Amino acid sequence: MTYSTNRSGHLFCFAMMAAIVCGAHLDAQGVANQAQQRSEVDLIIGGRIGAQPRFAVPDCLALTGDEVTAQAANTIAEVLWNDLEFEREFRMVARDVNNTVPKARGLTDIAFEAWRELGADGVVSCSVSRIGDEEIRVQARLFDVRSLDSAFGVEYTGSIDNIRVYAHQLSDEIHRNQSGLSGVARSRLTFVSDRDSQSALGLVPDRQTKEVYVSDYDGANVRRVTVGRSLNITPTWSPSGRSVAYTSYTSGFQDVVVSHIYEGRQEAPGGGTSRVHNWLPSYSPNGDQIAFTSNRDGNPEIYIMNVDGTELRRLTNHPGIDTSPTWSPLGHQMAFTSDRSGSPQVYVVDVDGTGLRRITFESYCDRPTWSPAPYNEIAYASRTGPGFDIKIVDLATNEVRQVTFGLGSNESPTYSPNGRHLAFSSSRGSGDKQIWLIGRDGRGLQRVTSNGNNEMPNWSR
Amino acid sequence: MKRTAAFRIEKLRSARILLILAAFVFVTQGCVRNPDPVEPEVPVSPPVETRQPAPIPPPAPEEPPPPPPPVIPDNEISSRTLEEINQEAPLEPVFFEYDSSDLDDGARAAIQSNLGRLGENPTWMVTIEGHCDERGTPEYNLALGERRALAVRDHIVSLGLNVDRIRTVSYGKEFPFNAANTNEAHATNRRAHFVVTSQ
Repeated sequence: MTYSTNRSGHLFCFAMMAAIVCGAHLDAQGVANQAQQRSEVDLIIGGRIGAQPRFAVPDCLALTGDEVTAQAANTIAEVLWNDLEFEREFRMVARDVNNTVPKARGLTDIAFEAWRELGADGVVSCSVSRIGDEEIRVQARLFDVRSLDSAFGVEYTGSIDNIRVYAHQLSDEIHRNQSGLSGVARSRLTFVSDRDSQSALGLVPDRQTKEVYVSDYDGANVRRVTVGRSLNITPTWSPSGRSVAYTSYTSGFQDVVVSHIYEGRQEAPGGGTSRVHNWLPSYSPNGDQIAFTSNRDGNPEIYIMNVDGTELRRLTNHPGIDTSPTWSPLGHQMAFTSDRSGSPQVYVVDVDGTGLRRITFESYCDRPTWSPAPYNEIAYASRTGPGFDIKIVDLATNEVRQVTFGLGSNESPTYSPNGRHLAFSSSRGSGDKQIWLIGRDGRGLQRVTSNGNNEMPNWSR
Repeated sequence: MKRTAAFRIEKLRSARILLILAAFVFVTQGCVRNPDPVEPEVPVSPPVETRQPAPIPPPAPEEPPPPPPPVIPDNEISSRTLEEINQEAPLEPVFFEYDSSDLDDGARAAIQSNLGRLGENPTWMVTIEGHCDERGTPEYNLALGERRALAVRDHIVSLGLNVDRIRTVSYGKEFPFNAANTNEAHATNRRAHFVVTSQ
């Protein structure tokens, strides 16, 4: 795999995105042979004074005449527009004006004046051509419509299996290039769904299974992770994005199972037995440890172990329930839920067990999720009526703000890797549980699942 | 369960007696009247009326009461599957208040009753499942269900049941017994549920 920049982390994710999950081997050849050419103009496209820059994504040019290429071009332009819109870093020119603008005749031969008239400051021009049966080449340029300079240029060559990944990659690179922002277009979700529900194995009839799935952040490219005719719930990504840990009932009791999704390998590092139950795993930020809830000392408490199950230690010690652990961004503290006050509330404790303090003072709070830096806040589900809403507490000021407002029950929040968004489950609308995304400022609500019930999301790092 | 089987046998016996009586009536009447199969046109009611005064089987009241049914041996149970045993719910669910794993009087009575059944069936192994209603969060409910299962396990062990016969699991709110969103359904779902897993 060749790639001429030092952003190996990006490439690493890119390879995984294109790979087939669920035990299939990594299709390394599919994303090999990448090349990239950059124009080195160091240009940041600005908006009109005091305004956000406004970007347009014209239709992507299909340079080869076959249906696959045409389809790929459509997909790339659509996904790229959605990705750029999602971060709200740029204002986007609506795509439905595209057919009022003369078509581009080449990557650099664009109707700049027309786009300028529509208010665009920058235009992302893109072309797709097919190379042989299995590969495509995607070229893209970002132009300043006033100076007509190219601010950014990129070329990808790779498999035609997952076209969307090129658009995601392009979006993240544009965000990085133009605003120094870590976009989340290549990030992924894991969640629980009953979409393939079967009757669960066991002696009690009429029980339906739930399984763990992964998808792109926008809900596309869904892959199933667990198969077992039992419950598999509360999934969480390892920071590397190569494993998903979850609560599995395949042994007849709840145990923490880690699925290495690109290797088709699983393990149960918590050593669960019919007496010792482990659930709700949460990876430390460096990926070396897993915090989880266990009954091993007779009552639900929080424990920490290395990912291989060694160096187990107990973090909490209280006759009440302690559960739902989440790590601080540097891994020095843990937020969790405890009912020691008489109702479930969020607490924070140092990972050495000292410095306990209560964070929430509401009727019922659970599933705290600590934001990534630079934000220092915890999102959680708070009972606000018959159901729950998502709230966020700022740890510097203890100020609480509400993100959802009583439409359905809104639960299980999880932060995007850049901290700007939350995914959560909501029963709004039909009453089915679905995964929704929303900005940490409460804007940009969108639904990303629709098949069956979907809940307990976790966003990759 | 035993009672049901015995009752069924009792019914069988009386049915047999009735059959014998019916046969007797048929035979005696057959002797009086010539059986004529080519007579479907004849209206049904008049002959019945004429037959009415005819002697009704007299021996019925004189028949001695059937002997007491034999006791069904316990080993009949072991010929049934675990699914069949659980379908009859031989062990009572233990119900809880909202967001509580405390055992009230009703819960203790149910556990006491289950201890009795487990004493009568000393080979049974059970799993105590902790369940919650749908009003809490799925995450917290996993811990609450665990506490309910453990509370019931600890109490029945304190009453003398061997802990090795018990397993526990918490399903939180994932496997409701009644999926409706009503107070009644919530109460039904807040339980420790006994499942016989080995006999």
